Amino acid sequence: MIGVGHYLVVAAALFSLGVLGLLTRRNAVSVLMSIELILNAANVNLVAFSRYSAGGLGGQVFAAFVIVVAAAEVAVALAIVLTLYRLRRTPNLDDADILKG
Amino acid sequence: MSGEAVVFWVFAALTLGSAAVVVLSRTLIYSAFALLATFFGVAALYVLLGADFLAATQLLIYVGGILVLLLFGVMLTHRIHDLDLRSGAIQPASGVIVALGLFVILAALALKTEWPAAERLPAPTTAEIGRLFLGKFLLPFEAASVLLLVALMGAALIVRRRRDA
Repeated sequence: MIGVGHYLVVAAALFSLGVLGLLTRRNAVSVLMSIELILNAANVNLVAFSRYSAGGLGGQVFAAFVIVVAAAEVAVALAIVLTLYRLRRTPNLDDADILKG
Repeated sequence: MSGEAVVFWVFAALTLGSAAVVVLSRTLIYSAFALLATFFGVAALYVLLGADFLAATQLLIYVGGILVLLLFGVMLTHRIHDLDLRSGAIQPASGVIVALGLFVILAALALKTEWPAAERLPAPTTAEIGRLFLGKFLLPFEAASVLLLVALMGAALIVRRRRDA
């Protein structure tokens, strides 16, 4: 019998993989992909709680808002990455040290 | 094992396996296409959880929008013709330790807690979600629309080439 715990463990694994990518990747677009993994893990949690509780569909509505914010986030982040690439000719985050004194 | 369990484990394995490829692949374009499989796996998990509207939204927005945007990002920041899309990793050992510790803590928390066992029967959700959007969640709904407008205008402003610079 599949319960809420199974979904939470899968979401925890997805979240940890996203954190691993966030910590170890040096390419800006890879880091964006890792953030998408993390947001998806949070969404799986929200939908699982919405299914296995008597609270109605609030969790699914919240997950829809997370998807909207993820779309806005990736648009702005890609704009920043493209501007960085235009300035430095590299997508590596190590080279984004323009603000360093 | 029941049919639901088999389907759950198949799609959980698909999701986590392709997510591992996203994070660990050394070639950026493979990461982008593995992300496609991850999004499909998560959409399948939504279907299993009875969230039909969210599964369709996931496919439309993530696969049709965000993934295409990320592929544009890959193409515009790398020279695609010489296939030099290497994406190296820094400090992999400490990253693995942190991620593994986080997973152990979260999984232990999820398995040790007694979750309430009330189960909602699967039913079509689209009409009810629409009612919630335009009723109880009207203010966040409008705020999200303003957020999207501002974010898209900001993104266009950031990438614009300035004449005077």
